[in-house]
Amino acid sequence: MLNYLWGFMIIIGIVFGILNGKISEVSAASINSSKEAVTLCITMLGIMSMWTGIMRIAKTSGIIDRLIKLSRPVIKILFPDIPRDHIVNEYITTNMIANILGLGWAATPMGLKAMEELRKLNSNKDIASVDMCTFLIINISSLQLIPVNIIAYRSQYGSVNPTEILTAAIIATCFSTIIGMIFSLVARKIVLSKSK
Amino acid sequence: MKIIIYLSDYIIPFVFFYIVGFGLLMKVNIYDDFVDGAKDGFKVVLNILPTLVGLMVAIGILRASGALDMLSKIIEPIISYFHFPSELVPLITIKMFSSSAATSLLLDIFKEYGPDSYLGRLASIIMSCTETIFYTMSVYFMTAKIKKTRYTLVGALVATFAGVVASTIIVSIVF
Repeated sequence: MLNYLWGFMIIIGIVFGILNGKISEVSAASINSSKEAVTLCITMLGIMSMWTGIMRIAKTSGIIDRLIKLSRPVIKILFPDIPRDHIVNEYITTNMIANILGLGWAATPMGLKAMEELRKLNSNKDIASVDMCTFLIINISSLQLIPVNIIAYRSQYGSVNPTEILTAAIIATCFSTIIGMIFSLVARKIVLSKSK
Repeated sequence: MKIIIYLSDYIIPFVFFYIVGFGLLMKVNIYDDFVDGAKDGFKVVLNILPTLVGLMVAIGILRASGALDMLSKIIEPIISYFHFPSELVPLITIKMFSSSAATSLLLDIFKEYGPDSYLGRLASIIMSCTETIFYTMSVYFMTAKIKKTRYTLVGALVATFAGVVASTIIVSIVF
């Protein structure tokens, strides 16, 4: 997919630039943008490392395990049919907590494991189970509470107060996640009542 | 509504205070752990650097050519019904497919209008509360070898739409 997206952006940009008489700007932009990506990553190195460092302390001191325990009841509401002591519960909670804390790179492997386990629980192997739908909708509703990377970008581009958007971002994230949860629960009810 | 901006100032210090304080109480080697964990940050950034170079170049070319301006002029009459800035429509659309491409567009908005402008703030918040729908779905469902995804896409779109609406309302109230 990115092959086409990336390819067309460049082809369209160059054709447009020629037609618009802006080819020298296009040429300069390609050079400058590549340099910019590197300077941006230097800013990000600082902020991301600070965050992953702090989160490592949260892991070793047991805060993350506590959060996982605290979120059990929510998981129970969202996935009522999964047996209580099934390993998939652990994968799902770990994935969600990692996402909430902004450790997306650590969340994905757990999420994929959760999908494999959900597949084993699924009676029809071709069609997504309601639990898979719920899990993905909530994942896609965006769980990350503190958008560390956005703060890094804002600070790189000269924001006076890069973190001023935090509370607003948290409210918006919670709202979209709650809507995703309600949708999943309602859709699940409808689907299951139809199949009965 | 200044309180919301004021609260924001406390969030990062609070997270630090809580985690470091808790670490001290639990008597873990907080400094060694921090340094160790910080290395993960390097790996994460090094992993995204190549895609970021590629996509920022593409967006840079698109912006310099005038194609992006033209695109938002075309969609402006349609989107103005919804009281939503047409400049952010490409951002939301691209975000459904690729996170790095959306990042490049976000940075383009920061450059054009500034991160502290209305568009800059709204774009920051929208990017914080949305995910790459199609990318996530394809990776996860491919792992589970699922062919029919049922209502997942609809649900994901509903949640994303809710996030965009919430962001627009919050930004107009708070800032």
